[in-house]
Amino acid sequence: FLTCAYFVFLFRYLISYLFSCPCLRSFVNYEVKEDVAVIRMNDPNSKVNTLSVQMQTEMTEVFNEVLANNAVQSAVLISSKPGCFIAGADINMIQACKTAEEVTKLSQEGQKMFERIENSPKPIVAAINGSCLGGGLEFAIACQYRVATKSKKTVLGTPEVMLGLLPGAGGTQRLPKMVGIPGAFDMMLTGKNIRADKAKKMGLVHQLVDPLGPGLKSPEERTIEYLEEVAIQCAKDIVNKKIALTRKKGLMQKAQDYVLGIEFVRQQIYKTVTGKVMKMSKGLYPAPLKIIETVKAGLEQGPDSGYLAEAQNFGKLAMTSESNALIGLYHGQVACKKNRFGVPERPVKNLAILGAGLMGAGIAQVTVDKGINTILKDTMVDGLSRGQQQVYKGFNDKTKKKTITSFERDSILSSLTGQLDYKGFEKVDMVIEAVFEDLNIKHKVIKEVEAVISPHCIFATNTSALPIKDIAAASKRPEKVIGMHYFSPVDKMQLLEIITTDKTSKDTTASAVAVGLKQGKVIIVVGDGPGFYTTRCLAPMLAEAVRVLQEGVDPKKLDALTTGFGFPVGAATLADEVGIDVAAHVAEDLGKAFGSRFGGGNVEVLKTMVEKGFKGRKSGKGCYVYTPGLKSKDVNPDLEDLLEKYKLAANPSVSSDSDVQFRLVSRFVNEAVMCLQEGILNGPVEGDIGAVFGLGFPPCLGGPFRFVDTFGADKLVEKMRRFEHVYGNQFTPCQLLLDHAKDSNKRFQN
Amino acid sequence: MSGISTSLSALWQQQIVLLSSSYSLDEMASMLMNPLRSCPPVNAAWAVQYATRSLSTSVHLHAQVQTKSKKTLAKPGVKNIVLVDGVRTPFLTSGTTYADLMPHDLARAALQGLLHRTSLPKDAVDYVIYGTVIQEVKTSNVAREASLGAGFSDKIPCHTVTMACISSNVAMTTGAGMIAAGQCDAIVAGGVEFMSDVPIRHSRKMRKTMLALNRAKTLGQRLSLIGSIRMAHLTPELPAVAEFSTAETMGHSADRLAAAFGVSRLEQDEFALRSHTLAKQAQDSGLLSDVISFKVPGRDMVSKDNGIRPSSMEQLAKLKPAFIKPHGTVTAANSSFLTDGASAVLIMSEEKALAMGYKPKAYLRDFVYVSQDPKDQLLLGPTYGTPKVLERAGLTMNDIDVFEFHEAFAGQIMANLKAMDSDWFAQTYMGRKTKVGTPPMEKFNLWGGSLSLGHPFGATGCRLVTTVAHRLQKEGGQYGLVAACAAGGQGHAMVIEAYPQ
Repeated sequence: FLTCAYFVFLFRYLISYLFSCPCLRSFVNYEVKEDVAVIRMNDPNSKVNTLSVQMQTEMTEVFNEVLANNAVQSAVLISSKPGCFIAGADINMIQACKTAEEVTKLSQEGQKMFERIENSPKPIVAAINGSCLGGGLEFAIACQYRVATKSKKTVLGTPEVMLGLLPGAGGTQRLPKMVGIPGAFDMMLTGKNIRADKAKKMGLVHQLVDPLGPGLKSPEERTIEYLEEVAIQCAKDIVNKKIALTRKKGLMQKAQDYVLGIEFVRQQIYKTVTGKVMKMSKGLYPAPLKIIETVKAGLEQGPDSGYLAEAQNFGKLAMTSESNALIGLYHGQVACKKNRFGVPERPVKNLAILGAGLMGAGIAQVTVDKGINTILKDTMVDGLSRGQQQVYKGFNDKTKKKTITSFERDSILSSLTGQLDYKGFEKVDMVIEAVFEDLNIKHKVIKEVEAVISPHCIFATNTSALPIKDIAAASKRPEKVIGMHYFSPVDKMQLLEIITTDKTSKDTTASAVAVGLKQGKVIIVVGDGPGFYTTRCLAPMLAEAVRVLQEGVDPKKLDALTTGFGFPVGAATLADEVGIDVAAHVAEDLGKAFGSRFGGGNVEVLKTMVEKGFKGRKSGKGCYVYTPGLKSKDVNPDLEDLLEKYKLAANPSVSSDSDVQFRLVSRFVNEAVMCLQEGILNGPVEGDIGAVFGLGFPPCLGGPFRFVDTFGADKLVEKMRRFEHVYGNQFTPCQLLLDHAKDSNKRFQN
Repeated sequence: MSGISTSLSALWQQQIVLLSSSYSLDEMASMLMNPLRSCPPVNAAWAVQYATRSLSTSVHLHAQVQTKSKKTLAKPGVKNIVLVDGVRTPFLTSGTTYADLMPHDLARAALQGLLHRTSLPKDAVDYVIYGTVIQEVKTSNVAREASLGAGFSDKIPCHTVTMACISSNVAMTTGAGMIAAGQCDAIVAGGVEFMSDVPIRHSRKMRKTMLALNRAKTLGQRLSLIGSIRMAHLTPELPAVAEFSTAETMGHSADRLAAAFGVSRLEQDEFALRSHTLAKQAQDSGLLSDVISFKVPGRDMVSKDNGIRPSSMEQLAKLKPAFIKPHGTVTAANSSFLTDGASAVLIMSEEKALAMGYKPKAYLRDFVYVSQDPKDQLLLGPTYGTPKVLERAGLTMNDIDVFEFHEAFAGQIMANLKAMDSDWFAQTYMGRKTKVGTPPMEKFNLWGGSLSLGHPFGATGCRLVTTVAHRLQKEGGQYGLVAACAAGGQGHAMVIEAYPQ
């Protein structure tokens, strides 16, 4: 398929090159309206426009024609796609490069093109509707004027940093001048999406256009037309000087410009921003630092140095393993947002959730958000009330942040019903149970529910460790039973792990994936087994963490070691967040299932903690003591006494900081590889996505499988053998890992 | 000339100020204190020509009375309900001669005018219903206060209804429903709106503190509550003509609607000019006979609407957009302005009217209420209501002799006309096979409309119905159609049949 597409591409390129006749252009075209050239972009092969080679080639041609056309005084640049202006540069184009020099050259070509746009004697108005990201934003800010629709789909941003890159087509040089140094750093270092109204306030766009409703054409079509009409008027007004391109600066703006004109102040800003980046990234991500460096080069040494630094740093970053890992995650995420099981026979319109606890209410929130009629059922009034309040708060916070109106909040919540009985369950298409993790309770619930639901209804169970087939044993129709493992907090965590048993039907799976996608989740579908994929990877790492604690490393040090490796949350904090009781439960269950291989720390440590009430954040005490309202936390002093009781002697040969990190990570990674070996995982991509989005595996490493590829299976095995020598079979590499260690050509990811 | 046009546009801008979501107290005060305007209409003759030509309207103000022989719309088993008569106070731009009154004073004037016009005995009706939108909290059942104040018997029950700009339509159809159900024989319906004074509240924080102060028992408690008042507490809460559900002002929505249907600024200005020109003609020819004179206490006798301002296309073109800036098309001059006014109608069963010796003016026939998306279709009520009510009555567009549509904005009217003329819109959004068609302009709002006569929200409905009755009599038509849009994305349409003369 790829080669075929490549030939088609070549063919087109050839034709457009040979004949260079406007009618043969398929990506960019223009028409002249009065004296304004309306340049329209529309990639015929994709839902979005990207700055691909062909798009750039045709754009250059069109631009040349527009400049040469004496009937044209000004131009409007607009996309014909309803939800997209330009979504960014073509990632594949960058990935196809073999050396930093090649990428630098790409960047320089982009810089040149936008420089011509910026210096165009005929003013160009960018008319933005839909996503205007990355290279798209760089294109837009090179234009003389920007008009954007106030649509929710219209977002502007520089997300390159999330791919381990920097804005490489002049963005690092133009943005600081346009939105100020602090604003530019905020945009480029966070990569966040900026909505149109915010963009207007920042000075990123000049004028806003309201999206239109139904008229004589569809709202989408007419809105683009209207945007074009307004943009054409702007273009004319710029030519006849009704719109001045140099804007009057307000007092605040002048004051800010003055302050930022002082070199000392700028140096302070670079220092502060670098400090923040180092604190957050632990220096594991090169892109943010290169962005700061590049901006600095432009501001302190002039544009020539700035643009050169931008192109060179762009080239360097593109060759880093971090960028490779992040781009891999991006592709993986896109892949995990598709339903590979097809369209379910009937869409889920009515859904019921059992248990209004933290998980149940969280699931209710993401479900009702998408207009699915949702029943939230609990057995106790107090529990139900707490759950409903949680859902309300979730939406009310969005109202406070002004992402939705209070009316939208009310209208969303009108699809939620809280109840204590099974009323209306006969109309429900799917039940998700989120009751206590106890097989007997789950069996009781499944029987109760199956007595009231209709035959087509799917029963999904939200469990983090109980094998689905054991739960399904109580069901009269195991083909309708499936596992849906959500992560807490449900509205923030992107991952959903769906677990199928041998008996789960394909349609049931398709339906569960469809619901998950509607809830906005990134989905991995895995096979059944104790701990499935995610919990199974996490358990040995936590067991090792307990051993590390027993060996006398204090929780703060443990956290520092894990975050220093790239985990967003330290191991001790993670245990507190998950809940020590849950961790104990899981450790015991999986310990039974997998035997001594899952050993390490003593389970009794966790059990004693639970007995003493140290259940983690929810109980106020765990590894740390949590005081409401306080962000900082101290180590739980009682824990030290407890650990003293279970103290183990540390073996200095495997206890250096780096060894401790690798003891934790290698067990995680080995278990992940074993899940692939056993067929629990469908492939390495889902394994990486699950580990990063569900468990916080360091994104800069791209997931356990990419980590093995980058780090080298042989080197990992070597380390594990050393640990195995001290601790035994917990560190025995699995067969698949050994295969990869033997043959360095074997890779999980390309 | 230019001086006048500036002051005109300034006035328009001021009046529209209330419509926008945020306005300052200063603006409010200056609007309220603005002295009575006495500008002569500018260049009226020319404007008439322009409006007539551009909209290809042939205006037959004194069309010969023809007798038509269409079927009557009476239905077996359904009582005939008649409009005996209708009156209204002059509609004045808010902040002018009525400025010191209260809403019930205006309603009272309309009721007294109706009593006088019809010589109705003060205990002869069974019920009084009023519509209003912005409620004066002291007279929340304004129907009762006005009825008592107008001298109606205190034995007559009264209630107040609200449905934005079609509130008095609801008052009338509520009464009609009571008569049809056999519960009443005669009712008075009306509407009132008073924008010269609107309830401006303390902030929620302040209200909370004040209410807590009421309950405080000790001096200490009171002092600590008073001490908790901060500057932020003192910011008042102002009412806005904005949708609660979408927080969008109506003018903003109208501008988007006009853009969605591709209505140009020129078309809107032409329609606004037409409205003012026709209203002026109607006023000068004495056709607005529903207007009663009202001696305002402490002020002069008022007997004419004061918002009619035939201008010129050049002057209209000078105004800047009022809501969507800088590229919007809705301006102060092509929008209806904030108005004070009240209306009243006497509705009876046909038997009762005849028994009392009245000669009714018209039958009130089928009516519908419709509603749709309050965001993108806020003002499309007439488009949805018209085909529905025509179907109910078994009529087509061609059968209608007199159209009276509520003109909220020129852009809204033009958008509705385009929507009614679009098969695509009818099929895609209304679930209908074909378009209903547009009303011919030579039958449409011939005596002016809300844009020029004014639009006291709660009172406009009765004006529309009374105008249809009067125009049917004058022009010799048989069927009339009233249609209106209202906030909340709602709408109303009613078929009116001339009473045989």
